[in-house]
Amino acid sequence: MIKTGSSTVRRLVWQVAEVRALVQETYRVRSILLNVNGWPGHLPGQHVDLRLTADGGYQAQRSYSIASPPEDKFVTLTVEHVDNGEVSPYLVGEVRPGDQFELRGPIGGYFVWTAAMGGPLVLIAGGSGITPLMAMLRHRDRQNSPAVARLMYSSRSLEDIIYREELDTMVHRDANLCVIHALTRKQPEGWIGYRRRIDKALLAKTCFPPEERPNIFVCGPTPLVESVSSLLVELGHDPHAIRTERFGPSGGYIP
Amino acid sequence: MAEPPIARGFKSRRQEQTPKDRLPPGQYVTTDFPVLSAGPTPQIKLEDWTFAIQMDGSILGKWRWKEFEALPQTTKKTDIHCVTKWSKLDTSWQGVTFDDLLRALGLAKPPAPYVMAHCDGAYTTNIPTKDLIDGKSMIATRYDDLPIPPAHGGPARLLVPHLYFWKSGKWVRRLRFMQEEERGFWESLGYHNYGDPWKEQRYDGD
Repeated sequence: MIKTGSSTVRRLVWQVAEVRALVQETYRVRSILLNVNGWPGHLPGQHVDLRLTADGGYQAQRSYSIASPPEDKFVTLTVEHVDNGEVSPYLVGEVRPGDQFELRGPIGGYFVWTAAMGGPLVLIAGGSGITPLMAMLRHRDRQNSPAVARLMYSSRSLEDIIYREELDTMVHRDANLCVIHALTRKQPEGWIGYRRRIDKALLAKTCFPPEERPNIFVCGPTPLVESVSSLLVELGHDPHAIRTERFGPSGGYIP
Repeated sequence: MAEPPIARGFKSRRQEQTPKDRLPPGQYVTTDFPVLSAGPTPQIKLEDWTFAIQMDGSILGKWRWKEFEALPQTTKKTDIHCVTKWSKLDTSWQGVTFDDLLRALGLAKPPAPYVMAHCDGAYTTNIPTKDLIDGKSMIATRYDDLPIPPAHGGPARLLVPHLYFWKSGKWVRRLRFMQEEERGFWESLGYHNYGDPWKEQRYDGD
């Protein structure tokens, strides 16, 4: 521990993480369950830095959101394959149980929701932007939090929805949770949900009104987050109540 | 410290070799321009925009957009390094250097050792004054000869490219001189107080 200013901070050191299990979430997304000895714990929404060292010493670092809640034993990262990527194809396609690499974290303290913050809670995700929001929903679930929560989740197609069964299960046992899917490119036959990007009408209809002062978290590709957060401001939400994380095809979080 | 474990089967896929003196440790080159902001992008009308420099309780100088545009303009080509690991090489910016702002205020030297940048959206970031002077920083209003898009910090952002890019606060509206150092937004949330990419000062204690 070192002292900085008035607060005691823990230095973030690289820790060895061992792959314990893998979950194929979709055809291009995989979750990696990691055992990290001495993991200091994290808050839902925080991320980690991951470092891969190749035989020969070459190293690559990336940032990934943590998908698991603080209550779980393993630290879970959910990674989407990025075409021509350097790290994600390895994590999605190559990694096996028993493999080791390094993590340091947790990092970030702003894009965070805990049960103590209460509701209403609005979560808006595009694609793999669901990851930090899933940590919040899992935490809410483990804590039996009564916070009223809504997730709006935009995916390209039914096959692209990450954590679909787990979300369905959570919704079925929890009257205070509502999940709204939007499928933007392809919908299965008989799909009665939304078929378009998350727009102003959808936000106006499904978001809590500004007077209820919801905590709002938006995570996804930059164009979705730019559009949704601007629309929420137009709808009267306090910009300071809207927390965002953006990622692009080759930069930012969850590459 | 023990050797890091070898990630079995991991190989470099880096296509081009960036010279080592251009890429700080732990960074990779991107040709995109990713956007990282903690909240919604503020929409500011140029007619409502002002930029101020403050010391203690008093405003040393304040400019409206047209007045600011009339200040001496400098173009700077530089590499930028984001703490989330991407670096972008040879970016081109235009704006007013911190030195020229001091000159416009008639100040021979800066009046305090630290500066807090205050931005729309309540974002703040702290920088030692010595890292702003001698051509090291500017208030940028153009990127690649065009107005900076709002998502990238337009109409005006701070540019301190030798530090991690969170120090180059988007939508900057006020620089406040401080005798005592205070911490800004990310600096209060576990990120490094100074943020030198070449020393990989990402987080507190690095």
